[in-house]
Amino acid sequence: MAAKTLTINGQLISAEEDQTVLAAARDAGIEIPTLCHLEGLPDVGACRLCLVEIVGWPRLVPACVTKVAEGMEVYTDTERLRKYRRAILELIFAERNHVCSVCVSNGNCELQNLAMKLGMDHVRFEYRHPNLDVDVSHRLFGMDHNRCILCTRCVRVCWYVECAGTKNVAGRGVNSRIITDMNQPWAEAETCTNCGKCVQGCPTGALFYKGATVAEMERDRSKLEFIVTAREKKQWLV
Amino acid sequence: MSFLDMDEWLVELQQRADVVYGPFVDTKEYPQDVDLVLIEGAVCNSDHVELLHTLRSRTKVVVAFGDCAVTGNVPAMRNALGGAAPVLQRAYIELADTNPQIPRAEGVVPPLLERVVPVHAVIPVEHFLPGCPPDAGKIKAFLTMLLEGQPVQLSPQEIKFG
Amino acid sequence: MVLEDLVKIKERYLAQRKKFTFRVCLAAGCVSANSEAVKEALEKAVAEAGLQNDVEVRGVGCLKLCCGGPLVAVDPLNVIYQKVTPADAPALVAALNGAEPPVAKVDLAHPYFAKQLNVVLENSGIVDPDDIESYIAHEGYRALRDALRELSPADVIAIVTKSGLRGRGGAGYPTGLKWATVAKTKSARKFVICNADEGDPGAFMDRSVLESDPHRVIEGMIIAAYAVGAEQGYIYVRAEYPLAIKRLQNAIRQARQLGLLGSGIFESPFSFNIEIRIGAGAFVCGEETALIASIAGRRGRPRPRPPYPAEYGLFGHPTLINNVETFANIPPIIRNGPEWFARIGTEKSKGTKVFALAGQVKHTGLIEVPMGITLREIVEEMGGGAPDGKRVKAVQTGGPSGGCVPASELDTPVDYESLTRLGSIMGSGGMIVMDETTRMVDVARFFVEFCMDESCGKCAPCRAGTVQMYNLLTKIRDGRATLQDLQTLEELCEVVKNTSLCGLGQTAPNPVLSTLRFFRDEYLALLKDHPAQQHQSA
Repeated sequence: MAAKTLTINGQLISAEEDQTVLAAARDAGIEIPTLCHLEGLPDVGACRLCLVEIVGWPRLVPACVTKVAEGMEVYTDTERLRKYRRAILELIFAERNHVCSVCVSNGNCELQNLAMKLGMDHVRFEYRHPNLDVDVSHRLFGMDHNRCILCTRCVRVCWYVECAGTKNVAGRGVNSRIITDMNQPWAEAETCTNCGKCVQGCPTGALFYKGATVAEMERDRSKLEFIVTAREKKQWLV
Repeated sequence: MSFLDMDEWLVELQQRADVVYGPFVDTKEYPQDVDLVLIEGAVCNSDHVELLHTLRSRTKVVVAFGDCAVTGNVPAMRNALGGAAPVLQRAYIELADTNPQIPRAEGVVPPLLERVVPVHAVIPVEHFLPGCPPDAGKIKAFLTMLLEGQPVQLSPQEIKFG
Repeated sequence: MVLEDLVKIKERYLAQRKKFTFRVCLAAGCVSANSEAVKEALEKAVAEAGLQNDVEVRGVGCLKLCCGGPLVAVDPLNVIYQKVTPADAPALVAALNGAEPPVAKVDLAHPYFAKQLNVVLENSGIVDPDDIESYIAHEGYRALRDALRELSPADVIAIVTKSGLRGRGGAGYPTGLKWATVAKTKSARKFVICNADEGDPGAFMDRSVLESDPHRVIEGMIIAAYAVGAEQGYIYVRAEYPLAIKRLQNAIRQARQLGLLGSGIFESPFSFNIEIRIGAGAFVCGEETALIASIAGRRGRPRPRPPYPAEYGLFGHPTLINNVETFANIPPIIRNGPEWFARIGTEKSKGTKVFALAGQVKHTGLIEVPMGITLREIVEEMGGGAPDGKRVKAVQTGGPSGGCVPASELDTPVDYESLTRLGSIMGSGGMIVMDETTRMVDVARFFVEFCMDESCGKCAPCRAGTVQMYNLLTKIRDGRATLQDLQTLEELCEVVKNTSLCGLGQTAPNPVLSTLRFFRDEYLALLKDHPAQQHQSA
């Protein structure tokens, strides 16, 4: 496979031809914040946190779906990007009811960690405080819509890794919601195989093992990667 | 409590600053010309709003202190019920074991705001110190910066919510 | 079907022409004003007068002055009657002999008509949209025949490129370039899609074209398919346009019957079919990648571009997507040549543009004007200015993605670049006039509410950002906001504009930014801590 040479933040990088900017950056130890990206899942470029500047390109582009090119000049951490990322995080925090202090994922949450990393010490926007359900009908798992950021990682895990197609998105805009099957309680979703991969994939405390209480929910992302690697590269060791 | 966890450093603090108002100070009226105030708690009722305006006009540096003041946190979870009336209804009527009634005493019990809001939604705030609670080390580092007149720069760990 | 057949149909149709023709507008605007009953009453009145052999009553498409509906045109008297009721029918029939009926006539010398230049709408209000022969009689499918039999696909693309035609959906991407890209992409299957998911509030250009002259769009699509090498086409039209759908279905059926769709069109090796896909009315499905997802049966949500549909479109195949009006421009360009088209309009914006003129303006309806005409000519001369002696305050173009042009800038020529410079866009052709009573914060809030409702919810800035923009605008409108809030709104607009995934989010802040640019005082006057406010309350 041909290699491409590009610069990220002034640093010369060699990347594989088919790599995304995100993958190339991470290989080189350059961190780009992400929320909807999860190793092993097809990317959708929806959270917009991995937006980067590429010299000569008219718009900011999501690093997770942008392929590297020879001579590309990428900037991942400009003043402007930091400002936008922080604002997007604030918008996400204000959208639903993210109360870290009472959350199962407190201390193990990608959203919380990003807020810390990106210096978000408060939210300028009005908290919306929508009235949302918690679905604890399932024997093993719970879904708290209050903590969902609509990254659709659970949906993609369910469709592309487990191939059950139980989870989906219903509604539009700020009223979008993750549903199971035809919008019925999770326990009644016949296609669900109870595999729990969605719970492993969730970046926040929206999906959890029943019985987990504040700050107890820890996830093992490597399981998903293991499955995908096994399936695609026929490698059974991680 | 977290504040008290700073243990012996409190003595040092007391030597460098006077504590003029707060739960441990027997003053009813918020004094004039205050250098620094740490505000705990979310803004829930009309007394809170009034006090915030008073202290803002009499204080140089206002700090939203802890998750409740910074985000609304747990007190703000009532907002999902959609206003003050449903909250009172839920708390005092629906969940009452005996003698359900909504307490009313004008001039004594301040009316609830329709929505609980963080401090910066009411008055301008200079600094934010999240945490539930912000632990003693964090508070100490923060106050040290302020006392020594350094620019306030908090590490990622120091601005952790929850 | 060969050339001779086309000519034969045309001659037969023209030979059947009667001495007089009533053309009754049966586009949605006049239909809603009861024009179907007017048509029936006219047919009855003609029969009662025993004039069936001399008088034809033809249902036609849009006669353009929608505010005067129902409209009835009479040939060869060269008059258009307005606000016609079924009871007027006998009087109109009697008037064929020169009598003066008690029905108001439209002033055809008025700038509203005189300043129009009809290319896309050349058949609108003339041909019967339900009759393919009527279209053929007006040179219909001649361009297709010439393209298939006398031009190579490369020739067609060269002609379109040379004409300077740019996409009429709003962004103004050069059409020839788009076609060339799809044509160059190597693939066993390719698709052509007509985007008829017109969704801007106040816009009805595409609907009118489909209702008035559906064959023109079909012909344009077939030519495009030939040029790029596609065998299957889709028209994506919203379910809210039942009349347009009905006429399209009918038109496609008739075209198939005559062999103008199907295999071996005009006895060439080229085959093409068109299917209609009905959208459920989501605004975001006008975005090309969301539209493609919707046709493929998935949720109508956009995806990041690149890859562009030209490379990776419907079912993963190269796909050409153009708007209704773009396709409608193709037959006359082929027929009259690219030089003819390029002579119309300005240096960078060629041809004409159809606008749906609406809002606080005397004459509302459909207009087609050459690019480069000024907004003042459109609004004040053609539209007659604001009614009731009020002054025009601003003109909104481009719908929720566009902006408000203030009255002081009305001398701006209508072309892609000039409107963009003013923070608005050409858009698909909605043009809403606002008079001095309009409050601009309300206007901005209206469009932001629209975008908030129509946001698909996929990307965070658009989903969670438009709702915050709406909240801030509500706060400003209600007099609860501070300067700080206004600053937050401006910062938020910048974030949503620069970070959203698709055009919906990227342009959602435009109505706010453009009203802030030209009407900032109105925002400031509503702020709690604005000096003027403090002065008032003191």
